[in-house]
Amino acid sequence: MCDQTFLAITFGPCDSCSENRPLMNLYIKTEPINYCSLCMEIMACQGLASGETLKSLKAESETLRKKLEEERKKLHDVELEKVAEKAEALGELNMKTRRTLKGHGNKVLCMDWCKDKRRIVSSSQDGKVIVWDAFTTNKEHAVTMPTTWVMACAYAPSGCAIACGGLDNKCSVYPLSLDKDENLAAKKKSVAMHTNYLSGCTFTNSDMQILTSSGDGTSALWDVESGQLLQSFHGHSADVLTLDLAPSETGNTFVSGGSDKKANVWDLRSGQNVQSFDTHDSDINCVKYYPSGDAFASASDDSTCRLFDLRADREVSIYSKDSIMFGAASVDFSLSGRLLFAGYNDYTINVWDVLKGTRVAILFGHENRVSSLRVSPDGTAFCSGSWDNTLRVRQEGRGVGRELKQGGTTLYG
Amino acid sequence: GASFGTGMERVIVAMQDPDMGMKMRNQRLLITVIPHAMTGNDVIEWLIQKYNITEEEARHLGGLLVQYGYIYPLREPRSLLLRSDDSPYRFQTPYFWTSSRWPATELDYAIYLAKKNIRKQGELVDYEKENYSILHKRINHTWDFVVMQAREQLRASKQRRKADRIVLECQEQAYWLINKPCVNMPLYYHYTTLGRNRVKSSICLESFMKYSEQYLHHDPIMSGCLPSNPWISDDTSHWTINTDMVGIPTRLRVERWSFSFMELLNDSMGRREFMIYLEKEFSAENLCFWVACEDLRHGESSKIILKVEEVYKNFLAPGAARWVNIDSKTMERTLEGIKRPHRFIMDDAQMHIYFLMKKYSYPRYLKSELYKNMLAKAIVPQETKKSVFPFMRRQRHSSPSPAMVTQATEDDGKAKGAGPTGTSSTTNSQI
Repeated sequence: MCDQTFLAITFGPCDSCSENRPLMNLYIKTEPINYCSLCMEIMACQGLASGETLKSLKAESETLRKKLEEERKKLHDVELEKVAEKAEALGELNMKTRRTLKGHGNKVLCMDWCKDKRRIVSSSQDGKVIVWDAFTTNKEHAVTMPTTWVMACAYAPSGCAIACGGLDNKCSVYPLSLDKDENLAAKKKSVAMHTNYLSGCTFTNSDMQILTSSGDGTSALWDVESGQLLQSFHGHSADVLTLDLAPSETGNTFVSGGSDKKANVWDLRSGQNVQSFDTHDSDINCVKYYPSGDAFASASDDSTCRLFDLRADREVSIYSKDSIMFGAASVDFSLSGRLLFAGYNDYTINVWDVLKGTRVAILFGHENRVSSLRVSPDGTAFCSGSWDNTLRVRQEGRGVGRELKQGGTTLYG
Repeated sequence: GASFGTGMERVIVAMQDPDMGMKMRNQRLLITVIPHAMTGNDVIEWLIQKYNITEEEARHLGGLLVQYGYIYPLREPRSLLLRSDDSPYRFQTPYFWTSSRWPATELDYAIYLAKKNIRKQGELVDYEKENYSILHKRINHTWDFVVMQAREQLRASKQRRKADRIVLECQEQAYWLINKPCVNMPLYYHYTTLGRNRVKSSICLESFMKYSEQYLHHDPIMSGCLPSNPWISDDTSHWTINTDMVGIPTRLRVERWSFSFMELLNDSMGRREFMIYLEKEFSAENLCFWVACEDLRHGESSKIILKVEEVYKNFLAPGAARWVNIDSKTMERTLEGIKRPHRFIMDDAQMHIYFLMKKYSYPRYLKSELYKNMLAKAIVPQETKKSVFPFMRRQRHSSPSPAMVTQATEDDGKAKGAGPTGTSSTTNSQI
């Protein structure tokens, strides 16, 4: 097929390699010829400046990289553990499961809290998305997606809608209807379209925009009402598995983690990759900002969780133990950022002292991988979703920082 | 991905079928007549007819065809929307189809940018200028070739009819809008990151210590919460005494407003209190402006132009009712930018006002009688001791769904849930 206006051949045999490919018009001494992209590249490189080869360019890149590492090291004047020596030790953590949400027929892959601090949306492998009042354990809404493996779900800030997606490569928004008989699927709105599976989604500060991450290696920002692509973010060289929005004053950045072992920080406005961290040894499954927005934590298949400081531009702490051999799937901070909860593929949840780098507790209970984990908006509990088809809401009995209170009476009032 | 690509291509091929395809005609673009074009309306009508779908679905499908570059707009080429009016569109030449093309090479892109640059000085926009200089460093060894090709392609295009030339330029531009080459530029990236200001570890790590200490008593997992943790006691008092509309807030809540300006603004009650204070100081327009800008940034794309007009009318126009005092440079830049409104157009002005409030009004508020009184009368709930009969579980009451609450108080189209607290927060700009 050619364009009706032009006689130029746009697809056919290349004049150089004879392969059938999309063709580019090239001019050699004003004579038009048709080359495919590959042959054009080769022809262009024949004009390499003397002394310059692809090898020399690579070497220049390496030298710069080393210089960068040196600069970063110069400013690293102390380790977190040393600074944290003067922090009070934590007491014994006594977290119990307070609610178990049963109702999914298959693996729970993702969950998110509503801003009302008690409702939860969860999605599973069999395509079901359920909205619960976790406090009463009642199911309030249920939707069956026309796809399996719903890997991402999110609650809208207003509490009036949810977003979800997975193997369908889309992110769809469902307004939550109050009419019990109404079919939620009828009001479904398709917002995002990727060219591979949807791995993560989150609303930004309102119900009107959604940020998505995908197996196609990109993240993207969408306008919910029109489905328009507002910005796309390119830079990962493999699947993007996770993202988190920054709680900063200017609200303009987010971090993503991928199968390329990299964590990238992006500017929402320009689409630029502003910072990159690549110290993990395997896929990064989850990233979460520290509450102040100055750092973020990551969970990886290399069985470690790490803390990256954005101002120091480096990794500042690593949370690992020889006895932990399975990948970490999900992390979240307690409200003050002192504790880091992490769910693992060996069915456990490890709780870390963020400052001291030590493990405070190990929590059992799930009968399969922990896939998703989030602390509630007011920090009163955290919820974990698992491949054992259940979700558990857990809470600490007495307050693990209780050691710090004088003689059992509260310090304020 | 192959699957959706070929699906879209089937639609495109059907649209161009000589018998059952779209009726195309000459479309006027300024003074030139472009052949083989169609209107946005035509596209939607044809899709509705052919696939027996609703208008909404046709708009969505048509929109995707534009987004992925199979159809491009002749007017406003940067706005990749399918407008359901008489805006002219054309089919993209198959060479530029997203699916058939190799990933856009840097060489192609460099030639395109060089052509644009040679054709007219200042034609390149910001990100294009940046990309041009990145490419110049990166594939410097091919630069002679790039410039030569650019010149030759320009020379050849001069020999085409004007209508053809415009079409080719539109095709190319549409293609590159969608297919900006991947950002994988180690050299340039390293040069910029070397120059970045980094903070010493000791300072960063101290800040973590300070933060966790400051928030210790606010962290229920670390310090428990009063009167009791709802998940343990089944008593929701802790939530009811902390709602947006509560008469008297808790002490912890009011204390938290003093931790940072963001904490104050994130709490709808804190924001209301701060507004009352600003009104006393005759500088309430600053907060109103900030709220309106947030609404613009996070709202629907379709309302952007309207909202920008409103913000200009209320806050920036000479003699505006709530004129905000921003520096002349920022004002000039903003007013210039309003001519081509987009959702980030107020960012500079918004940040200026934000930091103004943070630096001056916020500290004064914390020292004011208004705040001190709030803190003094704030309540400290009594801790509820565990029941004597632990095996008797309290009844767990359900709560009204946020969807129900918000439907009852549906506002006039302000961005739903805009603002960090979300649930039923009243972030109207006319407080």
